[in-house]
This record gives sequence, C-alpha cells and structure tokens, in this order.
Amino acid sequence: MSARLVRPIEPDDHVVGPPNAPVTLVEYGDYECPHCGAAYPIVERIRQRLGDRLRFAYRHFPLSEAHPHAQHAAEMAEAAGERGAFWEMHRLLFEHQSALDDASLVRYAASVGVDADWAAEALATGMFESRVRHQFMGGVRSGVNGTPTFFINGMRYDLTVNERVLTATLESAALANSHV
Amino acid sequence: MMARTSPDATADSPSALLQPGTPAPDFSLESAPGATMELSSLRGRPVILVFYPNDWSPVCGDELALYNELMDEFRRHDAELLGISVDSVWCHTAFGDARHFAFPLLADFEPKGRVSRMYGAYRAGDGTSERALFVIDRDGVIRWSYLSPVGVNPGADGILTALEALPTPTGASR
Repeated sequence: MSARLVRPIEPDDHVVGPPNAPVTLVEYGDYECPHCGAAYPIVERIRQRLGDRLRFAYRHFPLSEAHPHAQHAAEMAEAAGERGAFWEMHRLLFEHQSALDDASLVRYAASVGVDADWAAEALATGMFESRVRHQFMGGVRSGVNGTPTFFINGMRYDLTVNERVLTATLESAALANSHV
Repeated sequence: MMARTSPDATADSPSALLQPGTPAPDFSLESAPGATMELSSLRGRPVILVFYPNDWSPVCGDELALYNELMDEFRRHDAELLGISVDSVWCHTAFGDARHFAFPLLADFEPKGRVSRMYGAYRAGDGTSERALFVIDRDGVIRWSYLSPVGVNPGADGILTALEALPTPTGASR
C-alpha cells in the first residue's frame, strides 16, 4: 500500500509558504467533512507558528456520495483560485460547513470579489470538475483513505490530527531537513 | 511472497489469506432480501471482493465510501465490486441505502462466516470478517489479495494497481 505522495507540488497547486521551506505539508481535504473542519484551525495555528519554515498545499478529496455539497464546494474553491482568491474562499468554506449549497457558494464567491454570474456558470458547466477529479485521483494513488489526510515531506502522516502531535512532527521534520 | 505451485495449498488452512494464483472459491450469498448472487455468475469480468468486519462501524464506512466514489474507475476495468460481511441482509440493506452504495453487500450470515473462512478472511475470536481485499481476474483466479490491519482503512491504490496489471481480454468483442 502506497503511503507516499505520488504527485509532488505542481504548478496548479494552491500553496502558501516559500518553495525552499524545510517542511512541506500537503492536506487532502473535503469542505463538507467535519474532521477537516476541525483540522482547519489547527492547520492555521501551525502555519502561524512555523512561519517561513513551512510550505502548505491543499488538495481536494471530496467524498461526494457521503457529502453531497463537497464536490461543488471544491469546484468553487478552484473558481476563486482562478481569480486569485483561493485562500479566502478556502477559509469561508471551512467556516460555513453547514451552508455549502450552490446559492451560498455563489454568495461566497461574490464576497471575495469573484463575479457571481461567472461563478454560477463555472459550477453549472463543471468548469473545474476535472481539476478536482485530478487531485482526488492523485490522492487515491498516494494512499489517501479518508479525510483529512496529511503528507509531511511526501510521507503520509498516520498519527492523530492533534495540534500538539502534528506540530511536533512538523518541527522535527523541519529540523531534520535544515541540518542536511 | 512465494509463488504457490498447488492452488490448494492454502485451502486447508483457513487462517491464511488466499494468495494470488489460487482459483477463487465459488459461493452463493444473499445480496438483497430474497435475492442471491453467485460469484461464478460474474465470470468473464474482474471482481473486487471487499471483506470488512461490520456494517456501520466508522472505518468500514469510510473504506466503502471511498470505493463508492471510485465506481467509475472500477467500471473502466469492467470490474464488479462486492462487499462481504457477516451482517444480515436486512442490516446490509439499511446500511447500503443510508450510504447510497452503488454496489451489493453480501451477507455471510448463515452458516456464519463460511465464505470468509473459505478465503482465509475470518476473525474467529471476533466472529467477523477480516478487513481483506481480493482482485479476481476474468477467469475466476485470484490475482491480488491484501489483509489490512483491522483498524486501518486500506485505501484503493492496491485495488487499482491490481486491476491495471490484469491482462486485457483477448478476442473479446466490445
């Protein structure tokens, strides 16, 4: 069973943090998944704490049979990303997990400065469907088995998603890498 | 993993997971109230057998939800996916309906765990199936098997890799 990230950071990825950071954290997540919602503030605090030592990328892994709004939420994040507002949308989606219907998604798009008509059309025509699927399948081939799944410097993180444990693992990965 | 010269080498030790090269033992199990499904009826198509411990338990639900999401990928290989646990057909029906599963759940219910034992995928101490995966080729031969730690969702990468390694059907008209 693969537990290694088969797709390294790609140009299409949504990334924050410097490319030469000693530790890269990749999250596969689903905007309607409660566990991902719980992980969101943890990741935000960890980003603050590690600062320039951390590069963070988020990829979509919507389980749309279980979470009926997850696919469109992911597509809307991509649509916002196309207009330079991925991370603002990312935050809004995780902060409004119980209101992810299409009308709400379009409203969030407008609130981050994306044209509402274009955003609605993007959803209706599946403009970003294949991009989301590409990320999902990359996750499947890397051994993502549920959400959230994290990879630290390319290796799957199998411990509990707990702020203290995740922080400690990232700190030691950063330390190990900066001594090379 | 050693190649087994005798296909029956593991058949008499029920605790060992059946290995690649072994003909998949045929079975007939209830798939819905009043309906049964025979493995041999799927000859000519690859089959994914997913043994799992319990309906409704968190890990199983996540594992099956992932496979449900990948039905299009499995169909691309013309493969059929069957879930198997010792839960009854009524329990399976409620579980499958609640989770919108697009594949059958088979009840290895009476005699309890008989099919799971045939595949070396039964946990005698717990009275449940193991968390085990098999990919069976078009001729009914096991081509890949995997026993997961019971608490770990094995994901789908192994299944997809095994399906991709199956020879493409020769002379099959499509």
